[in-house]
Amino acid sequence: MPEMTYLQAISDGLRQEMRRDERVFVIGEDVGVYGGAFKVTVGFLEEFGPWRVIDAPLSEIAIAGSATGAALMGLRPVAELQFADFVSCAWDHLVTVAAKQYYRAGTPVPLVLRLPSGGGFSGGPFHSQSPESSFTHVPGLKVVCPATPRDAKGLLATAVEDPNPVLYFEHKHLYRRIKADVPEGRYTVPFGKARVHRAGDDVTLVTWGAMVYTAAEAADELRGEGISVEILDLRTLQPWDKQAVLESVAKTSKLLILHEDTRTSGFGAEIAAQVAEEAFENLDAPIKRVAAPDTPIPFSPPLEKAFIPQVADVASALRELVAY
Amino acid sequence: MAIARDTEPLGSSLEIGQLGLGRAELLGMYRNMMITRGIEERGHILYKQGKIPGSFYTGRGNEAASVGVATAMRPEDGGTPLHRDMGVHVTRGVEAWRILAQYMGRADGPARGRDGNVHLALIEQNLISMVSHLPAMMPVAVGLGLAFRIRGEPRVSVCWYGDGAAARGDAHEAMNFAGVRRLPVVFVCDNNQYAYSTPPQFEYACANLADRAAGYGFEGIVVDGTDILAVYEQAQRAIEKAREGGGPTLIECVTFRMEGHAVHDDAFYVPSELFQEWAKRDPIGRFGLWLSEHAQLGEAEQGEIENEVKALLGEAQRRAEASPMPDPAELEQGVYAESTEAPGDTDA
Ligand SMILES: Cc1ncc(C[n+]2csc(CCOP(=O)(O)OP(=O)(O)O)c2C)c(N)n1
Repeated sequence: MPEMTYLQAISDGLRQEMRRDERVFVIGEDVGVYGGAFKVTVGFLEEFGPWRVIDAPLSEIAIAGSATGAALMGLRPVAELQFADFVSCAWDHLVTVAAKQYYRAGTPVPLVLRLPSGGGFSGGPFHSQSPESSFTHVPGLKVVCPATPRDAKGLLATAVEDPNPVLYFEHKHLYRRIKADVPEGRYTVPFGKARVHRAGDDVTLVTWGAMVYTAAEAADELRGEGISVEILDLRTLQPWDKQAVLESVAKTSKLLILHEDTRTSGFGAEIAAQVAEEAFENLDAPIKRVAAPDTPIPFSPPLEKAFIPQVADVASALRELVAY
Repeated sequence: MAIARDTEPLGSSLEIGQLGLGRAELLGMYRNMMITRGIEERGHILYKQGKIPGSFYTGRGNEAASVGVATAMRPEDGGTPLHRDMGVHVTRGVEAWRILAQYMGRADGPARGRDGNVHLALIEQNLISMVSHLPAMMPVAVGLGLAFRIRGEPRVSVCWYGDGAAARGDAHEAMNFAGVRRLPVVFVCDNNQYAYSTPPQFEYACANLADRAAGYGFEGIVVDGTDILAVYEQAQRAIEKAREGGGPTLIECVTFRMEGHAVHDDAFYVPSELFQEWAKRDPIGRFGLWLSEHAQLGEAEQGEIENEVKALLGEAQRRAEASPMPDPAELEQGVYAESTEAPGDTDA
């Protein structure tokens, strides 16, 4: 099995989809000659030509909107926005048209929107956001947040097959930092199935995206103190694997939810509410959340570090839960 | 088929004199162009030294357009400069050390470390700090003009955007509204030929972006954006027209992005002949030559200006590096305003 970075796995998966299915095409800003701002589509223009690798004007609505139209005509667009932050420009279209089309008219919109998200490198308020939670609030959209190279590739294949608009959040801080073995051939990873990143007995830690690695480092620290943490990587938020969370909580009786996005109305709130509704009796401590504070993401390193949940924040929250 | 009017280059100092620019003003403009480039060159070095976090953009090649337009503005005018328009901030008097402090994420940058690079502006100068999303500031600039119009103030708003940004709906909505209400707004399109890696033919299909003005019911002008005097002349005319109730103008400044999109980008997609061709039209070089031919700028004086700018920037860097990092304890402060007193609210 070849070792790939998270970024290479996305590239590889996308190339495989395009080779497998002629209906799949890529559209976005600077995706052609330049190969995309993060170089995910390098070599694609040469291999697939200018009508399957389309350089769009600086126009997020034209990108998302025309991808919807092309999907309605039977194609399988995989659109790229340069940064997930710019999805706000396409918000109206996604929420108003793409999300509601099937429910209203019975016409599926098999569209994938790739969204490089997340912070950790002083991108500032407009190049660092993790807006996935907002879209879980929109019925009709699916939300995917891979954390590992293997999942990045497999979830992309599933997204392309899915008959709905899928928002695929790829975390920029994982692109070149995370490397792992990835199967060479095509495979899919199902939506709505969490992955046990690490098994444990004392506390359940639910997270996704880059925070999986922050969680793992914190769990390493606690292992030295004789505490075993079970880390669940949700992998997809809409749909999300409630069953896996409930089962883990039944075992550990304690739940910590960790996310990089801001706290209020973040997806952690939804998880906490559902666990409280359905597994109140199984809990031995109040549910805890570690999330970013309710501010924009600042640029300067000391501010950004204080904003993004750090290993120490997670470790101390875990300790508090264990001590409760 | 082009619709917009093309301007002629300005020649003699007599013509320039008629614009109200004396020798002192001309040298001041030159100095501002050099400070602008100097700040960005320093920034580039600081970035490579790892002293500037995040990414780094410059406006190399846009100094004539930015300084030329800003020089034509009056202090009470306002606007929304973008990422290639450092010259606007310099011309309106933001101190160089604060700009370098901003780059470095220090507490004394205008954004206090909360935002970075050229996402800065001083409200005292009636400039509004840009966001990354292009061209989200265009309707905001129209809002400045709307406020001036509602209050009947003889003030003008200047709205900058790029050839790539022109493709988004915000541009259309902003210009349409300004046209419908004949608001005192001057649109300045910095057409530097590339939007990241995307060339003009993939961004727009009209001959000039200024041609679009006709569709909004106002005048469009194409000007050589490397010729600061031509830019100044057109900007002054458009700004004064707007001030007198003549409505908006769209000025397209044709320039060239003389570097990659940002420091990380080597611009392999730009044919090298283009870089060479435009290097000959370097706006600072051009103006320096003009000054030597028409305003007796000799080598000694040229050297003096250069040294003065160098000293200013050296001091700026020293001061910026002495500025502290922002205090993480203040992270959660200032998300919501605590007073209804709006900046620029003269009654408050
Ligand atoms: C809405 C939006 N989409 C994408 C981007 C990413 N981006 C930053 S600058 C840029 C190119 C802008 O081109 P142009 O408007 O011509 O200005 P230039 O940078 O060439 O001066 C792009 C695509 C952005 N800032 N905003």
